[in-house]
Amino acid sequence: MTPELVVFWLLSVLTVASAVMVVSTPHVVHAALWLVVTLGAVAGCFLVLTAEFVAWVQVLIYVGAVVVLLLFALMLTRSPASTTGATSRNRPVAAFAGFSTFGVLAVVLTSGFRGIVLDLDSQPDQLGGAAPPERIGDTRSVGEAIFTHWVLAFEVLSVILLAALIGAIVVSGRVRDRDRQEAAAGGGS
Amino acid sequence: MNYPSVHLAAEPSLDAFGTDNGWVIALKALLVFVFLVVFTLFNIWFERRVVARMQHRIGPNVNGPFGLLQSLADGVKLALKEDIIPKSADKVVYVVAPALSVIPAFIAWAVIPLGPVVTIPFTDIRTPLQLTDLPVGVLYILAVTSIGVYGIVLAGWSSGSTYALLGSLRSSAQVISYEVAMGLSFVTVFMYAGTMSMSGIVEAQAQNVWFILPLLPSFVIYAISMVGETNRAPFDLAEAEGELVGGFHTEYSSLKFALFFLAEYINLVTVSALAATLFLGGWRAPYPLSLWDGANEGYWPVLWFVGKCLAFIFFFIWLRGTLPRMRYDQFMKLGWKVLIPVSLVWIFGVSIVRVIQNEGGVDQQTLLIIAGVIVALLLASAFIPEKKPADEPAEPAGDFDAFAGGYPVPPMPGQRLPDPVVTVPADASQDQPRSDARDLDAPTNEEQSRG
Repeated sequence: MTPELVVFWLLSVLTVASAVMVVSTPHVVHAALWLVVTLGAVAGCFLVLTAEFVAWVQVLIYVGAVVVLLLFALMLTRSPASTTGATSRNRPVAAFAGFSTFGVLAVVLTSGFRGIVLDLDSQPDQLGGAAPPERIGDTRSVGEAIFTHWVLAFEVLSVILLAALIGAIVVSGRVRDRDRQEAAAGGGS
Repeated sequence: MNYPSVHLAAEPSLDAFGTDNGWVIALKALLVFVFLVVFTLFNIWFERRVVARMQHRIGPNVNGPFGLLQSLADGVKLALKEDIIPKSADKVVYVVAPALSVIPAFIAWAVIPLGPVVTIPFTDIRTPLQLTDLPVGVLYILAVTSIGVYGIVLAGWSSGSTYALLGSLRSSAQVISYEVAMGLSFVTVFMYAGTMSMSGIVEAQAQNVWFILPLLPSFVIYAISMVGETNRAPFDLAEAEGELVGGFHTEYSSLKFALFFLAEYINLVTVSALAATLFLGGWRAPYPLSLWDGANEGYWPVLWFVGKCLAFIFFFIWLRGTLPRMRYDQFMKLGWKVLIPVSLVWIFGVSIVRVIQNEGGVDQQTLLIIAGVIVALLLASAFIPEKKPADEPAEPAGDFDAFAGGYPVPPMPGQRLPDPVVTVPADASQDQPRSDARDLDAPTNEEQSRG
């Protein structure tokens, strides 16, 4: 076992263990904090896999923004020391959904990427002069991959995100209109 | 035209990193740590002296030469204070929060370039004055500093105190909003430099001009968002003394409070160093000095770099001494409705310019003229007053009862306070101003007796 492999396994165990804590702790804010550990450990895994760019983007977006937003919503809507609300009645259904997603992803990823070896010791020439070994996983190689090979997926995701953005604007706008109508009706009666 | 490989060929390129032996790495890490702690002590003194001068006071001038040791004395005082953990606090999170705040502040400095490749005195070892560098160095700093938010958010939440919670609530929204603008302002720098590595960006500026000149709007956006990002006045809503006692650190004392203090001042230096590196040429000497050949060699660049950082820190202090704190909604409006759209439009414009430059279709002068016209149009449009929503229902909506919810609230837009009921006793006219106050107090007393 190489040191990298040991680190990778440790991070993987940390990821899974903290993910279990996310769904088992009764405290909502603690669950969010365990989620931070999970996402951070996943970023660590990316780092060990030389996907440097993806790793730091993972930290920046998921750890630095998404969970902070989650905490923001929690603090805004719940009393600080509340322990209720994290338990759900349909745990079996959630467990089934979680495990089946895990199964599908595991099968797809292992069948898609099994046997692929990234040769970090190879010379730049063998990679078509594109990425010297220390640049694998940096912005340039990621950018080239996204905008050549994966451009269709990229565009589809962009459209989905745009739709979500517009949807958010529409939803928040409508609520205000309804409020105004109700206020008008209330004022009239 | 500017591909990273071209720029990275020169002096401290990425290839210069990762070759240090163990003790050199340890020494550099230690030096960065010591530099930050000493610089923080200096900055606290500097801020107090400069603010004092701006307010026609003298400031700390007793301990040590010019009062320089004042911060050290304050640090000792803080360390000797009693450490309090509130009863209602979430103990583990409460203790972890200061560390979460200060550790990212320190490790962000791993990729800040302080100077060129130098020889360590008394040895033959040559090493860059930068702990390490990554191909995605700027992204690393952004990611690491975004972890620092957890220190503030969790400190406020775990204190079990309303003021602290409100502080952390504000802080979380604030930092997320301004991080977007901050990240967007870097995009144009990446486009010009062709790399995200800190040493690469310094190198790119040495070959062209400092990026503050072609990318002035990015710099302005960054300068605004860096104040928001560090929770400094006029954006210090997370610890607004006038409103929230101390904000997120209300319940903290002793060394834990000192850690928050340390983190804030290190973050101040970090964003200043980032600004100096991305827009002001990093450690390279400014113009008149750069005529001297030795200016960019040896240990001199550290001096230029610290000087540039100090200029930014002075700017921070100047802001604090000048501007009142913004209201929360104004602050959010500025972030989401001004900074982010402007930077998106600016990125769009810069990418067009970059494409045109790379294709070589239009010459420099035409480009500058077009840019000038666009800037003039934008400036003109900024003076067109925003249309006010005129159809705001000016309905009376009944009488507004400030105590309807049990505690006093201000009226919403459109609602109107009822005319104060003034009961004037027939005999004593000098009682009149007091009777108002009694009327307002009455419901709260009622509420108390009911509860």
